Amino acid sequence: MLLWTAFALMTGAAILAVLWPLRARAVGPAAPDAAADLAVYRDQLSEIERDRASGLIGEAEGEAARTEIARRMLRAADETAPVPDGSDTRRRAAAVVALVGVPLIAGGLYLALGSPELEGQPLAARLDARPEQADIAVLLRKVEGHLESNPDDGRGHEVVAPIYYRLGRVDDAARAWSNAIRLLGPNAARETGLGEALTAAAGGVVTADARQAFARAVAADPDSVKARYYLGLAAEQDGRKDEAGAIWGKLAADSPPDAPWLPTVRAGLERVGAPLPPVAAPAMPGPGAADVAAARDMTPEQRATMIRGMVEGLAQRLAQNGDDLDGWLRLVRAWSVLGEADKAKAAAGDARRHFADDAKATGRIDALTQELGLGS
Amino acid sequence: MIPEIGHYALVLALALAILQTVLPIWGARAGDEALMRVGPPLAIAFAGFVILSFAALVAVYVQSDFSVVNVVENSHSMKPLLYKITGTWGNHEGSMLLWVLVLALFGGTVALFGSNLPSRLKANVIGVQGSIGVAFLLFILLTSNPFLRMVPAPAEGRDLNPILQDIGLAIHPPLLYLGYVGFSVTFAFAIAALIDGRIDAAWARWVRPWALAAWAFLTVGIAMGSYWAYYELGWGGWWFWDPVENASLMPWFAGTALIHSAVVMEKRDALKVWTILLAILAFSLSLLGTFLVRSGVLTSVHAFATDPTRGVFILAILVAFIGGSLALFAWRAPLLRQGGIFAPVSREGALVLNNLLLTASAAAVLVGTLYPLALEAFNGEKITVGPPYFNVTVGALMLPVAFAMPFGPLLAWKRGDLVGVGQRLMAAFALALVAAGVVAVATEGGPVLAPFGIGLAAFVILGAVTDLAERAGLGRVSPGTMLARLRGLPRAAYGTMLAHAGIGICLLGIVAETSWSSERIIGAKPGDAFPVGGFELRLERLEPRTGPNYRDVAAVFSVRRGGVEEGTVESSKRIFTARNMPTTEAGIRTFGFSQLYVSVGDELPGGGIGVRAYYKPLVTLIWLGAVVMALGGALSLSDRRLRVGAPKPARRKQPAALPAAAE
Repeated sequence: MLLWTAFALMTGAAILAVLWPLRARAVGPAAPDAAADLAVYRDQLSEIERDRASGLIGEAEGEAARTEIARRMLRAADETAPVPDGSDTRRRAAAVVALVGVPLIAGGLYLALGSPELEGQPLAARLDARPEQADIAVLLRKVEGHLESNPDDGRGHEVVAPIYYRLGRVDDAARAWSNAIRLLGPNAARETGLGEALTAAAGGVVTADARQAFARAVAADPDSVKARYYLGLAAEQDGRKDEAGAIWGKLAADSPPDAPWLPTVRAGLERVGAPLPPVAAPAMPGPGAADVAAARDMTPEQRATMIRGMVEGLAQRLAQNGDDLDGWLRLVRAWSVLGEADKAKAAAGDARRHFADDAKATGRIDALTQELGLGS
Repeated sequence: MIPEIGHYALVLALALAILQTVLPIWGARAGDEALMRVGPPLAIAFAGFVILSFAALVAVYVQSDFSVVNVVENSHSMKPLLYKITGTWGNHEGSMLLWVLVLALFGGTVALFGSNLPSRLKANVIGVQGSIGVAFLLFILLTSNPFLRMVPAPAEGRDLNPILQDIGLAIHPPLLYLGYVGFSVTFAFAIAALIDGRIDAAWARWVRPWALAAWAFLTVGIAMGSYWAYYELGWGGWWFWDPVENASLMPWFAGTALIHSAVVMEKRDALKVWTILLAILAFSLSLLGTFLVRSGVLTSVHAFATDPTRGVFILAILVAFIGGSLALFAWRAPLLRQGGIFAPVSREGALVLNNLLLTASAAAVLVGTLYPLALEAFNGEKITVGPPYFNVTVGALMLPVAFAMPFGPLLAWKRGDLVGVGQRLMAAFALALVAAGVVAVATEGGPVLAPFGIGLAAFVILGAVTDLAERAGLGRVSPGTMLARLRGLPRAAYGTMLAHAGIGICLLGIVAETSWSSERIIGAKPGDAFPVGGFELRLERLEPRTGPNYRDVAAVFSVRRGGVEEGTVESSKRIFTARNMPTTEAGIRTFGFSQLYVSVGDELPGGGIGVRAYYKPLVTLIWLGAVVMALGGALSLSDRRLRVGAPKPARRKQPAALPAAAE
């Protein structure tokens, strides 16, 4: 409301700037143009007089200049003619143009371009906002501010590291993981996170630093699947296919038959030409090994299309048979990751309807929507 | 609320600019005094809303309101306050708004102080100014809107380009724009005269102060830009013949020609048509310069695929204003009355020579700047027109300008006596020869042409002084009379002297810097010492430091000259965290007019650091010369004879700056 009042006042001031000088017979008729010329010539004459008096120009020069200016004055005097004061019709037309045109142009353009519904958001005010009103970006910033003044808070680094990684700020993620390791001591999860961030920062190449991190993770916990997978990947990228096959083969053998990472591992085994472990009937149809392998050579757009296709397949399957709670949860998360908040919300709604009598299931759905910030 | 207020103020300003274009010119055509009288209040209200809009943008930057896209893209909450403010115009959108702000301020000034202008001329001038406002506001609102919002707002901005995080950004662009846009006033006067088909006697009197003011601002603006590049880019160069620099040099040449031809027009009623053409050219080149710098005239054409509207818009503005004004000129100029005849050897003749050489220089720079861009646009071929081309062409044109400069002011109007003037310049010439001779002996084995350059510079400076001495009657009258005469001289005479001497001072710096600089590029470890230009530098230590939004490694050198400690100089390599972008902070120590310049490069594998060290004799004279030139312009501007042409604003009923808009 305040904003619109301000707009109205501004518009009024603008219109007034036109109407004020147009008010009836404000000032008498102006001097004719030649009058201004004559004033200039008179100035020039007196200037010559000054120059002559102070000896800057000679008598003869001064006389010549005076004659020249006098000639111009005569000519200007000939042109003197009064300027008409103008007609009321034109004045009224101008007033109407101002009264209608200014609000029309300004209002029209502003409504097309402006965002009157948006409040200003000075950073200081956002930082002061109560936590439940603060946005994710500001919350992250607050943690960052806290870490800046308490750089030795290892827990803080550990909390922000995965958030950075998910936001694609992989360099920051790597730094946060290193800090967490430095302050809290190494463990498998932290080392794996560090290695993963370093790998992402290098565009998918498992660098020497990353490999060492994964090796430390496996040393700390021989069962850490992700680290073992990446060690295999490092070997493959270095051209040691046999070693990669051995690592992945052992990983596949150690895994339960329905482990979600198995397809990825199998795809790797296939690439390096190692024998494949027997396939267990997949509990959930994830992306097939072939799909994952194909995704590797795709452009990001193609990959996005493929992922979208898989998500849509999942949605269709659930539409036909909606008893798969994990499927629903996966669908909600997938839409949210793809940036389709509306579809994610719709999926969550469908799932809630489906499991309306199952308190535990709806609890999980609510937890997920809350985690994803979808609201309800 | 603040961003939306700024946005709406900008839209309102556009509506007012449209009325400002239509109503006064309509009034002038119809001879309607009432409509013409609408012009000044409109121009003032326009200025008021543009000021409000700009203030809103600055406020949004200061508050780090990251719901505004422009702030997100160019600011950072940890940036020092000064750079938050200057960051407002450190980007395309904001700088276009600054351009319009300067335009509005100039337009408002014309409206406020123009009460003794002939009313038709004033109405037309204000109308033309309004049309420039319309074009630029449309461009801003439709293609480069700084007030667009973003949801959700990020918590941090992407920071300003680190090279721009410098005090130079606070000074250089505003000064440059004051220069560029100042020529919009002379342009508006020229177009107004063409629309009306007549030039009043007041015309030249009114154009001259605006041209002088614009020229003085442009001169300092260019010099400031050059010094900024010199210390910020870390290459030790002060002029690169970069398109961006050339863009500012072209209007400077045209503007220099304009202030001289306007003198002829005012004093002698001659060169009217030519002066009008120069006024058009100066502003056209300013427009070209603005767009070359902001987005690149031809790169914007290139960018059709990504953002076609902006490129098309820029081309449309250029075609409309440059093409339109030249067409109007071709159509109406023959109607203007010619006046004032003069002999080839005369003050007028000398000024014509100056005009020809200056416009030729502008043309040479224009060709060298646009040719490679045009070639690339048409067939994708990339060529570079480098410093050799510009040095030869502009140098060859400026040498006769410099040599003829002392003669001009000494020649009489209408009919001059070249031999007599030559005799009066004998002393200056002889002293210049002595200077050249001394330099030649002292720097034997150095560059052969340098003594000539020094001699020419000395001749220009001494020639400027000779003019003043002659006017005071040196050697012909008693010292008392001489002093009295010196006091009685118009300030414009001192202005001329200073401006011309400034060219000589600048030339002195250029010759000395290009001829006798010493340079040293080495890799140094802490403890290493090396000589450069009579100094001995020792890398004392490398210090890591942390700034508000950057980290840097500073290299501290101790300076010794002839075994005497001269303190330290430090240069650093900075990494700005938000953009992860490095800059070099050069270390500069000034000794007299000369400078020791140190800049560090990358760290070397062995633990040392790359160092470039220069000793640049008299280098500061290059910029001081420009400042002296601008001071000369300012002095001329304050001359009572120009003030006679201006009204006395203090006697106005309402001293408040923006009566109409504020009520």
